[in-house]
Amino acid sequence: MDLLSSLALGFSVALDPINILYCFIGVLLGTLVGVLPGIGPTATIAMLLPITFTLGPETSLIMLAGIYYGAQYGGSTTAILINLPGESSSAVTAIDGYQMARKGRAGAALATAALGSFFAGTVATLLLAFFAPPLARAALNFGAPEYFSLIVLGLLVSIALAHGSILKALAMIVLGLLLGMVGQDIYTGTPRFTFGVRELFGGLNFVAVAVGVFGVAEILRNLENEKEREVGVSKVSGLWLTKDDIRRIIGPVLRGTALGSVLGVLPGGGHILSSFASYSAEKRLSKTPEEFGHGAIEGVAGPESANNAAAQTSFIPLMTLGIPAHPVMALMIGAFILQGITPGPNVINQEPALFWGIIASMWIGNLLLVILNLPLIGLWVKMLSIPYRVLFPAIVLFACIGTFSINQNIYDIYAIAFFGIVGYLLIRFGCEPAPLLLGFVLGPLLEEHLRRAMIISRGDPMIFIERPISATLLGLALLAVIVAVLPSIRKKRNEVFVEDD
Amino acid sequence: MALNASRNDLASGALFVALGGYFALEAMKYDFGTPFRMGPGFMPVVLGGVLVALGVAVAATGIGKPDAEAPPAWPWRGIALVLGTILFFATTIRGLGFVPVVLISGFATALSSRRNSLLAALVVSVGLCVLCLLIFVVGLGLQLPWFGPWLRF
Repeated sequence: MDLLSSLALGFSVALDPINILYCFIGVLLGTLVGVLPGIGPTATIAMLLPITFTLGPETSLIMLAGIYYGAQYGGSTTAILINLPGESSSAVTAIDGYQMARKGRAGAALATAALGSFFAGTVATLLLAFFAPPLARAALNFGAPEYFSLIVLGLLVSIALAHGSILKALAMIVLGLLLGMVGQDIYTGTPRFTFGVRELFGGLNFVAVAVGVFGVAEILRNLENEKEREVGVSKVSGLWLTKDDIRRIIGPVLRGTALGSVLGVLPGGGHILSSFASYSAEKRLSKTPEEFGHGAIEGVAGPESANNAAAQTSFIPLMTLGIPAHPVMALMIGAFILQGITPGPNVINQEPALFWGIIASMWIGNLLLVILNLPLIGLWVKMLSIPYRVLFPAIVLFACIGTFSINQNIYDIYAIAFFGIVGYLLIRFGCEPAPLLLGFVLGPLLEEHLRRAMIISRGDPMIFIERPISATLLGLALLAVIVAVLPSIRKKRNEVFVEDD
Repeated sequence: MALNASRNDLASGALFVALGGYFALEAMKYDFGTPFRMGPGFMPVVLGGVLVALGVAVAATGIGKPDAEAPPAWPWRGIALVLGTILFFATTIRGLGFVPVVLISGFATALSSRRNSLLAALVVSVGLCVLCLLIFVVGLGLQLPWFGPWLRF
């Protein structure tokens, strides 16, 4: 009964006309910036933060939250249509979504993403309302060793994702971890790998790295051979899913929702982990794993549901523990503080209208997104008729302006150029960029928790095995590596007969 | 040249060794610390060493297995113009202001495709400039002057 009255309170806040209006503006802006490459929700929320001072706390946080999950929708649209993930979590969608689009099934991929996301968003919002307090208590039991093991698990699981050499995927992860260490050391403040440049003390900008590796590198690859470059899609038909498609996506959507809801709660980029985890889970469960990477609809449905579910549940650690799950959540903390509210366990009790209002607004926002996105799918498809030679200058410009607008830092733009060329070389030499990005995002967290755990254990690494949750997570990580290695042994045998990647 | 090894594996291995070596050597300058109290150099030195080892392993797997396909031609024009444009953008955005930088950047990037004629590149750059102005300056309120201090007399 307590829950019902809480939800009623939440909806009374969320259904206020002003709040609905700002929720709509939020999701509309979110979709827009998700579609625009190089400008993600991080940049948009950062830019809009000053504007929201004038609004009430509920209204401003409802709008900022709307931008965030709206961008998840829009990000998957660009991932599918031009292989440029607008958000880090839609990097996985790009793998199969883009291949579907190239085969003329962009409509089906977009519809799958929208429907899967809506279903996942609805379920995850309900779960958030039901389980926020107990889940927060569970996450409270996580110490530094558990976080470390969790991050190790996430990184090693991503190896299964990279098709091609496992050694190269491992090397890309380690390179990503190292790149994540650029900037001031968290404990001593020592600047590392900054070349004495003060602008690099805060570390490399995530958007710059992502835009360089996924945007500029891809443009250079397309310019290699313009006659055979990947123009995208010339003809689109079948906006709606066939019965066969629906049958194929039900399982992945359900599993993705479950996986995303659980992983999204865990601080440390759960939404990225969840889409990666969902993708490898579907790849493993599929009867036709060879289709993955070549346009499998399951590879769109699972990760899209997972990242949207996680986008909703990643608010749990923020609102109950005050821990940001990723950069956008860190900005949300800034928004809370600017409104004079300290995010943490007290928000539920002291600001129930705010807490439940945000939760209720998420469901309304998801509904608005479907209304906004399904009719507009035709418009996104129209964007494809723009030839690539017109599109890529736009990508380069949006990337530069968007990245610049985050911190007004010109070194972020130099970073785009650097990661564009390094990413291009690595892709040309057969290395997948996704593990590098994952390593980059999780690197600082991995180092922080490792060092903290070692201080707790006084230098004894056995702490990771002696703690049951940590040991379980590490065991799963080991299992992931073994599973990833096994088929490659089989593949190597096949390579004698068939020359294939 | 008959090279009995995968060019891609050798090149990516070398790249990993070079990058790992840089990180490890640079991190040697920082305090390494002990496992109990790790210094800022601990993780980069260890991970850099791991990356060097992985790079050697990647290169080693390529020996005796030449690439099946010939490598595609290097897109020199694209590399020069796209990267040049990004660097140009970074160095001049504060001085020249939004409109001139976006016009020139759009024009130069468009020319990196052999399929764009001069006229097409001009049309693209003007169109993009208007679009970017509307989205970023008018729509999102990006704080940048249309014409920068270098152009004021």
